Amino acid sequence: MVQTSVLPSAAIEPSLILLDEKLPGGAYWHNVIKRGNTLRVTDLEGSQGVSLICYNADNPIERLNVADTAKIQFNAFLKKGMVIYSDMGRILFSITEDTSGYHDLICGCSNAASNAAKYGESDYNNSRNNFLKALGKRGLTRKDLMPNINLFSRVAVHPNGDLEYITGCEKPGSFVDLRAEMNVLVVISNCPHVLHPDTVYKPKPIQLTVWRSPAPAPDDLCRTANEEAIRGFINTDALFAQM
Amino acid sequence: MVATLPTELDPSTAIYDEVLPARQPWSRVIKKGQILRIIDLQANQAVDTLFYNAHDPSERYSAPDTVVRQGNIFITTGTQLISNEGNVMMTVIYDDCGKHDTLGGACSMESNSVRYGLHKKHLHACVENYLLELSKYEMNKRDLVSNVNFYMNVPVSEDGTLEIVDGISEAGKRVDLRAEMDVMVLISNCPQINNPCNAYNPTPIRLIVWDAA
Ligand SMILES: [Zn+2]
Repeated sequence: MVQTSVLPSAAIEPSLILLDEKLPGGAYWHNVIKRGNTLRVTDLEGSQGVSLICYNADNPIERLNVADTAKIQFNAFLKKGMVIYSDMGRILFSITEDTSGYHDLICGCSNAASNAAKYGESDYNNSRNNFLKALGKRGLTRKDLMPNINLFSRVAVHPNGDLEYITGCEKPGSFVDLRAEMNVLVVISNCPHVLHPDTVYKPKPIQLTVWRSPAPAPDDLCRTANEEAIRGFINTDALFAQM
Repeated sequence: MVATLPTELDPSTAIYDEVLPARQPWSRVIKKGQILRIIDLQANQAVDTLFYNAHDPSERYSAPDTVVRQGNIFITTGTQLISNEGNVMMTVIYDDCGKHDTLGGACSMESNSVRYGLHKKHLHACVENYLLELSKYEMNKRDLVSNVNFYMNVPVSEDGTLEIVDGISEAGKRVDLRAEMDVMVLISNCPQINNPCNAYNPTPIRLIVWDAA
């Protein structure tokens, strides 16, 4: 019997690939994704979470705002068709494809204390320090650090507000495509989610692929998802009116 | 330690007692051990609040660290407000509202243009209040992170759906916060007139500070 792939459009035409590298567990990565290109983050072996922050690369005082991202879209979990809002009413990334379905906007990132509590005293990398190292190389400081997104992480919110990390959603091969809607400085820390219950530190590698993705069509899912998205793109496109 | 029940705190012994009108910003250093009471005078006012270490404002309130520490997205009696360095900034020692929001963040001109229409951009907004008040401390937008919204009700469903719904607060509800370090408290008494968190009607709050017992 032929097993058909459940992954939509998983293959990227090789000539479109601009950059393609594997990021080991525990490591960090930072790069500028030019407007119109897409960053694919692929979970190679069943990740325990990947933390992400992002900025307007041309003016990093404009940055990811997870509160606006959640409240403007009335959803605390990111999914295909949603966008990632900056604190200036503009759109940093569109989520043009997503085969994971589980991304967390609530729980922030691991730090030295959370690592010590979970894994014992050690020098394992944590996402907060990874972020600070990357920001330092970009001339930014801890004042520029804000609440982050966690890819490949499922955290349920119960009616009384209790948080519960749901394991078993890790799927090797799942990926999320983030199309840059402005020039985006993105920082990724490949460390376990702060609530992931595994007490052995073993973050898995991920693949980071930047590719020249198709220009959005008039019926582009993210650009037409709702009235708010349409207005967000009006604000965003105005940034490039003089190019 | 002297156990003063918050219900017994007498406003006539306070060192500060003022009404903050609707739409206005406010800030004050609350010294370690002092108690700040926020009273919702007319019900369902959203009180957007941030906290900074008064001696080093690059240490500030962290919404994710606070919810992860509690294991819960809401703030109520017993909640510790945690900084980006993992330190306890304030403890909620009394709350008769029941829950306060950690996820919704502040309104801004820019987010209002997206949420309510491009023509709504130039309404008054919390981020504008924050920036004006922060300028007194030579601070700016780099210092803004997700804030607490006292008296605001933002439930999250199992599938992640999040709604800003009618408040659960009533006139006279109060929350008492004890400072666990010297904390600069920054409030925007939300001017938002477009959503139910304010019952579409911004109203004043009362702020009282007592010295350490
Ligand atoms: Zn507001």
